[in-house]
Amino acid sequence: MAEQLFYFLIYPGLLFAAVIGAFLSWYDRKITAWVHFRKGPPILQPFYDFFKLLLVKETILPKHGAKGVFLAAPVFAVFGASIAGVFILLPLLGIETGFQGDVIVIFYLLTIPSLTYIIGALASGNPLAAVGGSREMKLILSYELTFLLVIAAIIYKSGMHISFDNLIAAQKVKGAFAGSISGVILFIVAIFCIQAKLALVPFDQPEAETEIADGIMIEYSGTPFAMIKLAKYIMFFILPAFLIGLLWGGLNFEGINILWSVLKILFVVLLLTLIRNTNPRVKIKQAVSFFMVWMNLLAIIAIVLIYFGY
Amino acid sequence: MSFKEFCFKKSLWLFHFGGASCNNCDIEILDCLTPRYDVERFGMLLVGSIRHADVLLVNGSINQRDKSRLLELYEQAPKPILVVAIGACGCTGGIFAEGNTFAGPVDKIIPVDAYIPGCPPKPEAILAGIVKLLNK
Repeated sequence: MAEQLFYFLIYPGLLFAAVIGAFLSWYDRKITAWVHFRKGPPILQPFYDFFKLLLVKETILPKHGAKGVFLAAPVFAVFGASIAGVFILLPLLGIETGFQGDVIVIFYLLTIPSLTYIIGALASGNPLAAVGGSREMKLILSYELTFLLVIAAIIYKSGMHISFDNLIAAQKVKGAFAGSISGVILFIVAIFCIQAKLALVPFDQPEAETEIADGIMIEYSGTPFAMIKLAKYIMFFILPAFLIGLLWGGLNFEGINILWSVLKILFVVLLLTLIRNTNPRVKIKQAVSFFMVWMNLLAIIAIVLIYFGY
Repeated sequence: MSFKEFCFKKSLWLFHFGGASCNNCDIEILDCLTPRYDVERFGMLLVGSIRHADVLLVNGSINQRDKSRLLELYEQAPKPILVVAIGACGCTGGIFAEGNTFAGPVDKIIPVDAYIPGCPPKPEAILAGIVKLLNK
């Protein structure tokens, strides 16, 4: 029991994932600044933001809204993100092996933060938040099928292993899945799915700042907003880590391999940041058709390629 | 300086309220966010919702219609909130001070923490005002 609590709260769960995720979120902002030829924020900026929201700012509850649900939603977002983080990071960091079928459990747990954002937004009673919530719903409906196809293709490619640990082990034997044609296609599709899951541009319709004033987060202030930030930091680390585990051979922490592992994560986040900085926000209709038609098509092509052994 | 105060000063998020402005101050405020001046190195971000704001930037003359909106915004903001009046119109009323619809400079309506005068103030002046606000 004590061991499980340690896994959940400290390493590799809540605390560890949040600290690494906060660092990655600084890295994302710094790269964005460099792309703009700016200097960018200091390295501890995410921590300042988080502690300011947590300790200093007042929490305002909406007058015409379900206050209990409004306050509970961010807590569940943090729970969902950190439990998904535990299931992803335990096999990835080589602490424990996980169980049969945990890839599917992780897939479901990764949707919990997005779902709780929708619930919180709709509970706030703000019309702009409702617009953001409905957009997030449409986005989930479009990218989840694509993400599931990617995972199914990877399970098929590995020879029907449904445990995350076995997927990583299969890549240690055969070489990383991203080294083949179908693997490259799946990597591209998965990067776009992660972009949408993290609600980064071009798929940031739910929280479009200039258009609907932060959408689903519009009514949040103080401690609940700090919780949302925490969930976002955790997701910013575990989603690239999950992608690396699925397609890029996992992480290795022996000797010089530590450097290689760190560079892998930084490279994936760099890709996400560059896509974010070089694209405009698309309409929600375009985002849905992008996933429903083109990304699904690519994923199915990858599955066909795997069938023929590429 | 306590830990709370330190975190607050390191991460001020700005919300921009433009009254009946001639848009010069709006443009100069946006200049501060551009690569040349870059206030994000002090941890400042322009946010879209008043619920996330720590600093309320007010510019332009406040007329009868703006007054109720400004008061509403100030009440909706999570405390502590700092208010900065930017430009001659925001500080004193400027050339609109004797107009028919003028509803008083910003500090007659809500408490103001810093004044940045100028018509419009240069981005350097706005940065200097922000630094003074941080050291206050």
